[in-house]
Amino acid sequence: MQLLLQQVMAGLANGAIYAGMALAVVMIFLAIDHLNFAQGEMATFSAYVAWQLLAWGTPYWVAFVVVVIVSFIGGVAIERILFKPLHHASIFANLVAFFALFSILNSADGYLWDYTIKTFPSPFGTKPLFGSVLIDAHEAGMIVVTAVLLGLLYLFFRGTRLGLAMRAAAANPESARLVGIRVGWMTALGWGIAAAIGAVAGMLIAPVVFLDPNMMFGVLLYGFAGAVLGGLTSPGGAVLGGFAVGIIENLAGTFIPYFGRDLKLTIALLVIVAVLMVRPAGIFGRSVVSRV
Amino acid sequence: MTTPQQDTVPFAPAVAEHDARLAAWPATRHWVLAGVLAIALVLPFVFQGFVVFQLTQVMIYGLAILGLNLLTGFSGQFSVGHGAFYGLGAYVTAILMDRYGVAYYWTLPAAGGVCFVVGTLFGLPALRLRGLYLALVTFAAAVALPQLLKFHGLEGWTGGVQGIVVDQPDVPGFLPIDTDQWLYYFTLAVVLVMFAGASSLVKSRTGRAIMAIRDHEIAAAAMGINAPLYKTLTFGVSALFTGVAGALGALAVQFVAPDSFSLFLSLYFLVGLILGGMGSLPGCLFGGLFVLYVPNIAEEVSRGLAGAIYGVIMLLVIFVMPSGAAGFTRLAFAYVSRWRNR
Repeated sequence: MQLLLQQVMAGLANGAIYAGMALAVVMIFLAIDHLNFAQGEMATFSAYVAWQLLAWGTPYWVAFVVVVIVSFIGGVAIERILFKPLHHASIFANLVAFFALFSILNSADGYLWDYTIKTFPSPFGTKPLFGSVLIDAHEAGMIVVTAVLLGLLYLFFRGTRLGLAMRAAAANPESARLVGIRVGWMTALGWGIAAAIGAVAGMLIAPVVFLDPNMMFGVLLYGFAGAVLGGLTSPGGAVLGGFAVGIIENLAGTFIPYFGRDLKLTIALLVIVAVLMVRPAGIFGRSVVSRV
Repeated sequence: MTTPQQDTVPFAPAVAEHDARLAAWPATRHWVLAGVLAIALVLPFVFQGFVVFQLTQVMIYGLAILGLNLLTGFSGQFSVGHGAFYGLGAYVTAILMDRYGVAYYWTLPAAGGVCFVVGTLFGLPALRLRGLYLALVTFAAAVALPQLLKFHGLEGWTGGVQGIVVDQPDVPGFLPIDTDQWLYYFTLAVVLVMFAGASSLVKSRTGRAIMAIRDHEIAAAAMGINAPLYKTLTFGVSALFTGVAGALGALAVQFVAPDSFSLFLSLYFLVGLILGGMGSLPGCLFGGLFVLYVPNIAEEVSRGLAGAIYGVIMLLVIFVMPSGAAGFTRLAFAYVSRWRNR
């Protein structure tokens, strides 16, 4: 029982990061209908920028805020420069662009900060939380930050005019344009928000997996899986999906004898495929009804 | 054309339009084919060993991309996991040759058969899922395959992390050529047969049915096309093509190991397909060229920033030719013929 609880808590902590990535993926998906393959590399790049600021002696929370702002601007810039011209191109052209962005950022990380593994500080420390053996302070911090992020996004999309405009632009671009919403800039804003969320996720996962150019690759796989499991059209679903993937992965690794440890990623993916067989648009996703 | 359909996918053109254009220049088309074939036959005597090996690889990647093209370009279903079928084909060949002493040419049908069966099984979830959700299922295959191959329970067959060394195919005694050249001609023959097969498949009643499902599934079903049957079969045939390519790849490289068949291989195939041209058969070979040579070129420009240069080249290609090399050639031909007719 103790072991079960421990694994569930550890799964929740990993799941918080997957949830963060899933949230970023869903933000861009809602804005442009494509999955961003380069999301993980954008987050890694942000984490490196944070590492550089910390190495120059910037206090943690100052660096944190600066990196989130820089990432936001970077995300907007990527959309304006790279993806706006491809707006009318096919989904396949977009896919190549994502892959190119992935390759460029990954290579730039290695070139600027070399490929050695770096440690990254945690703002919460790594002591057990309140003397409990179940969870340490950093893991708890990751869960809280993800929850806060989701709450802020909810308030932004439900409670502000800008959030409403973004939802309108995503739901029906033509009508949104007719009522005076600048749809192109709403898309760019979605990219910026996704980049900022990714930056937070990157800075939180770096203390756990250590900083190197490929650190986000595995995380992004889980993030995708979480987003698809929860439903690509539902930010809340994506977060739940991310947590679920974290827990499934950890429990499979611990409790399934013989296969578990080696094949935990495979098992997690199998579970997701099985869920999709029953709910083809994800658990909380809207299924698209088309007119003939 | 200023239709509201601007962001629809530039798949292969509709059959009628295609045939009409072919009829306009049948002679040119045959001359081009004959010329390409003649060059392909002479190449192994012009270049040295390693270049011949690379050219063999180009054809193999082209064949793998052809498999993906049948699925994505002609049938409109996504796969980001075709590297898994390539790996499966390669492992079938390696295991049959290494563990059971089967002759190399017999392993190709075996690899194709196994991949066809597995591919058809993957086609079943594809009936319920579409777009990105289908992509996730194939993606799961691509991620799972290296792990399964490394799994210690299967080491007796797969050789675990070590992989399997594959024997060189023997050159038939009466031919005065070396192994690289023999492998080149063997691959060329297989690839020609497979391309001819794909070409007649696409032009057949079945091919039209597949494209009709891609263009509008409900309308196709209303015309009496059995959509589930054709969709699963396309998945199987697509896996068969890529699996045979994998088998040839194992023969050419003479080694298989789990990490050669990572998710990145699948993504390279997809990039090759897109840049070559969705729904075009010759485009697949352009894709093969891209997959093999461009990373090397990037490496030569700058070792440290090779990945970045690779990315920039991809971006340049996609900005210049948004519908791939095939679409670009099509446009160029259309432009030239319009200019001539003026």
